[in-house]
Amino acid sequence: MSLSNEFRDPDLCRNLLEQIQHLADTPFRFMEVCGTHTVSIFQSGIKSLLPENISHLSGPGCPVCVTHDSEVNTFLALAKEDVLLVTFGDLMRVPGSRGKTLKAAQADGARVNVVYSAFDALQLALANPSQNVVFLAVGFETTAPTVAATLKVAAQQQVDNFFVLPMHKLVPPALQALASDPEIRVDGLLLPGHVSTIIGLEPYMFLAGDYNIPAVISGFEPLDILQSILILLRMHKEKSSAVINNYKRAVADQGNPRAMEVMQEVFKPVNTAWRGLGDIPASGLSLREKYQNFDAREKFNPAPLHTESNPGCKCGQVLKGKILPPQCPLFASVCTPAEPVGPCMVSTEGSCAAFFKYSL
Amino acid sequence: MSEKVLLDYGSGGKASQRLIRDIFLKHLGNPGLNRLDDAALIQDISGPLAVSTDTFTIFPLFFPGGDIGSLAVHGTVNDVAMLGAEPRYLSCAFLLEEGLDMQDLDRIAASMGRAAAECGVQVITGDTKVVPRGAADKMFINTTGIGKVIADPAPSGSRAEPGDAVLISGTLGDHGLAILTYRQGLKFETDIQSDSQALNSLTSRLIREVGDVHVLRDPTRGGLATTLNEIASQSGCEILLQEDQVPVRREVQGGCSFLGLDPLYLANEGKFICILPEDLTIKALEVMRSHPAGRDAALIGHVREGQKGRVVLRTSLGGHRLLDMLEGEQLPRIC
Repeated sequence: MSLSNEFRDPDLCRNLLEQIQHLADTPFRFMEVCGTHTVSIFQSGIKSLLPENISHLSGPGCPVCVTHDSEVNTFLALAKEDVLLVTFGDLMRVPGSRGKTLKAAQADGARVNVVYSAFDALQLALANPSQNVVFLAVGFETTAPTVAATLKVAAQQQVDNFFVLPMHKLVPPALQALASDPEIRVDGLLLPGHVSTIIGLEPYMFLAGDYNIPAVISGFEPLDILQSILILLRMHKEKSSAVINNYKRAVADQGNPRAMEVMQEVFKPVNTAWRGLGDIPASGLSLREKYQNFDAREKFNPAPLHTESNPGCKCGQVLKGKILPPQCPLFASVCTPAEPVGPCMVSTEGSCAAFFKYSL
Repeated sequence: MSEKVLLDYGSGGKASQRLIRDIFLKHLGNPGLNRLDDAALIQDISGPLAVSTDTFTIFPLFFPGGDIGSLAVHGTVNDVAMLGAEPRYLSCAFLLEEGLDMQDLDRIAASMGRAAAECGVQVITGDTKVVPRGAADKMFINTTGIGKVIADPAPSGSRAEPGDAVLISGTLGDHGLAILTYRQGLKFETDIQSDSQALNSLTSRLIREVGDVHVLRDPTRGGLATTLNEIASQSGCEILLQEDQVPVRREVQGGCSFLGLDPLYLANEGKFICILPEDLTIKALEVMRSHPAGRDAALIGHVREGQKGRVVLRTSLGGHRLLDMLEGEQLPRIC
């Protein structure tokens, strides 16, 4: 914790901003793909301090935002079963196809518990042996290993009332989809710090190698972000591209092999649908056969009733960086944090919510 | 007395009387309450009066830095004080769940008694109901406070004026984070304590010694950001807040950044915002900092014409952004 203040030093930040200002004599578009970066860029005021030539786009970096309608409808269908649903807080307000949310389901009598980790969910299952407990497993590579480790414990202890609904997403395949989309023009990518602590540097190498996109793994403090933007900008100016680890205090180049191993032991990659980005090969995780008895889909076979998307919602285009949130016709009129239509307005780390909450 | 609260204790009969005598009169008794009439007689205050009511429900009942009893006294005393009044009397209604630990009730009543004595208020009327197990979560407390207004005109959220200074009496987010972390069983290097405390002696001094106080408001639920938005909206002006001047304890800042929370939106139970003409800033800060409840007081912003109802944050880096009201509760995030 004591680290954080040193990485917010206003004088050092101003110095970096001046260097960025100096280099930004032509337009430069960078995208971050991590909700925590989104919030930090808005919250610290970096957004309002960047030179006009620099455009900041928020990509598919918020786990809630990329959770597909069909998945939302699936867990809303599960809420009708005789189960105790256990979830991270962000999912509580995500509306399904007909505007229904877990909060509303809770008011209707569904039992929903908010936790900070998958282990807490397992604890609940152990404490309530006569109750089926289902953990809603969303999140990227940061979260997936902890869910995997929890399932290993559950398997060792032969817990038979604990289930997960796997909705995990993997970041590199989504970046691949973005990089190969000719309509998306990004001059640099700010890579997610938390995800990188697990996967390391290697899975991003194709960005520079195949697509000539400069990419920098960044921390979350203002100083981290400004320095990473400066590195991206320099590469852009020099017409070079590389993948650089600028978050060495937390991210080892090789990532966390142990966490990856646990994740791969429990999960296998599968095709999955991302909101906005559509189906992406090998970008999701499903349970390997040994762990299939923990799969809530297998056990309860929840039938989502409606899977049509909310009409007019442009979250998909926002997530691809094709439009900015205010360019969506629903933004701030029909779609607000009080009554969100799309998930980018629900999660505090969603780009629409950040625009709504912080932009003057 | 039974070790648990039984439905009998809410019957109005002998069991109720024992509960009143052995718990409530023991800890909260005073000549007014001891009369046990249907209503309390108030004969010694007149003139403009301030009245405020609040109902308290908190899990857990006991938390680092306080409990539901002290909170129920401080919360209402502070609300009365925010109108520029000196709180004098409280009513107190308990809604108890059958099966509540009698020892817990005794501890909470004792804590209320101590808190009331410290604030200089008396509980002069009360009520107890017991509901069947499951119909309430252990205990709810309602308190209503009444006090004599000593400021003329009384401070109000609608009286902020362009040019006014915005002060805060101390660090922000302590209560909200203490409750959240305690509830979740999270531990940080330093224990975070609730800031639950009475503010009436400090606000009285401000009014008597500094005078022209335009707004007093305690940023409880929704935190500083939400309360400033309410004031900007009620007063039809814009408030500019300086992020680097806002006092937040290092451990609270750390805990918030770990949990994805913003201390500006966390509840406080022992802090107040004071808005007054800029030329009174130094005097007001002197008074606040010389009082235990205002040791960390700071000038944190200004009121300006700007866009009506808006709060703008000047960040530590010098950027500007909107500081919006809280929407619903802050929820733990996924990573």
